[in-house]
Amino acid sequence: MHELGIAESALKAAIVEMEKQKAIRILSLTLRIGELAAVDPQAMEFAFKTVTLGTPAEGATLEIDHVAPIAWCRDCSESFSTDSIAFFKCPRCGNYSGELKQGREIELARLELDS
Amino acid sequence: MHHLHHDFTTPRDHEKPARVNPGEVGTVDVRPDDPVDLPPPGDFRKQTGRSIEVNIPLLAENNRLAAENREHFKSHGLKVINLVSGPGAGKTTLLARTLKELANSISCGVLVGDLETDSDAQRLRHDAVPVAQLTTGSACHLDAHMIAHGFEALHMHNPQLLFIENVGNLVCPAEFDLGETVRVALFACTDGEDKPLKYPPIYRSSHLVLMTKADIAEACGFDRKQARENLKKVCPKAEVIELSSKTGDGFEQWLEFIRGIL
Ligand SMILES: Nc1nc2c(ncn2[C@@H]2O[C@H](COP(=O)(O)OP(=O)(O)OP(=O)(O)O)[C@@H](O)[C@H]2O)c(=O)[nH]1
Ligand SMILES: [Zn+2]
Ligand SMILES: [Zn+2]
Ligand SMILES: [Zn+2]
Repeated sequence: MHELGIAESALKAAIVEMEKQKAIRILSLTLRIGELAAVDPQAMEFAFKTVTLGTPAEGATLEIDHVAPIAWCRDCSESFSTDSIAFFKCPRCGNYSGELKQGREIELARLELDS
Repeated sequence: MHHLHHDFTTPRDHEKPARVNPGEVGTVDVRPDDPVDLPPPGDFRKQTGRSIEVNIPLLAENNRLAAENREHFKSHGLKVINLVSGPGAGKTTLLARTLKELANSISCGVLVGDLETDSDAQRLRHDAVPVAQLTTGSACHLDAHMIAHGFEALHMHNPQLLFIENVGNLVCPAEFDLGETVRVALFACTDGEDKPLKYPPIYRSSHLVLMTKADIAEACGFDRKQARENLKKVCPKAEVIELSSKTGDGFEQWLEFIRGIL
């Protein structure tokens, strides 16, 4: 979806954190990305390289922790993993659910800093 | 590195440690026998890198602004309808007819998002309704920040209902909360029954799905039953209304929905 914007926000947040920690360089960033968040890892990698040029994160490695989707059934409070990205059928009651408990995250999870 | 030791002139005697008597000043050699080699330059990164957990959501800025919009709209008693769909599903046509039906009884405003032109806003020109075009340039969706500025530009007095026509796009508008009261997805008969299965998030994030262009469903060979089944799977809680903005069929149900949220 918006890999460039996400890369920019990640870099901004990482630099704020770096300064808070009085570090001088960012060695690696780990993003936590839900499998249903519509983020393309390759586009992400490219966007990251582009936005980090000339910043304290230039040359840093980008890692992605993928988060598998888990849906939730409102009718019987069951959490379950989903095979389909389109619809989530509750294994307990057979109803369809439109709710996800996880799988849409777009977060900066971890940083490795050099001080 | 070892030979360095032997170049030093300081005497070293391991067998007989130097003993310094009171009143004397002695020299004690404390250099290690076999100094550890310094790490080669360039490898310092591995030596000093420290890992920290931060857990920062990256779309949080839009969510924060959307919450501000929602609060602001609420304090004005304003309800907001965000219309989303792929290009050409009939958002502008629907809005034009809706304004004609409502504008005499309800104070409305409209924000229309498009990449470039203001032709949609021109089509929606209405004596009683302020309409602002938001040209997004390269942005393929509207975000909460644009809505805050757009709403300000409308200068509405005692507004009751704000319509937002999002950029025609089945992907990103699903991810950007604008602070709307309800999100309405348009699903045109001409789109094909399988659209909800191909682009689930936009339907899943909507409260109501309008199956538009019902007047030409037959001509398109559109399978209504299949389409409704697909919607039932993808967004089981969403209401579904079939209508045509050309003939007005099903429109009363849509207007009722609107009056229901006011
Ligand atoms: N037969 C029929 N045609 C419709 C109906 N609603 C819209 N159309 C036609 O569909 C085409 C696209 O309609 P628009 O209202 O411009 O669609 P839109 O969703 O606003 O398009 P974008 O803003 O470009 O995404 C136009 O040619 C409309 O006349 C309908 O109910 N029935
Ligand atoms: Zn269930
Ligand atoms: Zn339009
Ligand atoms: Zn977009």
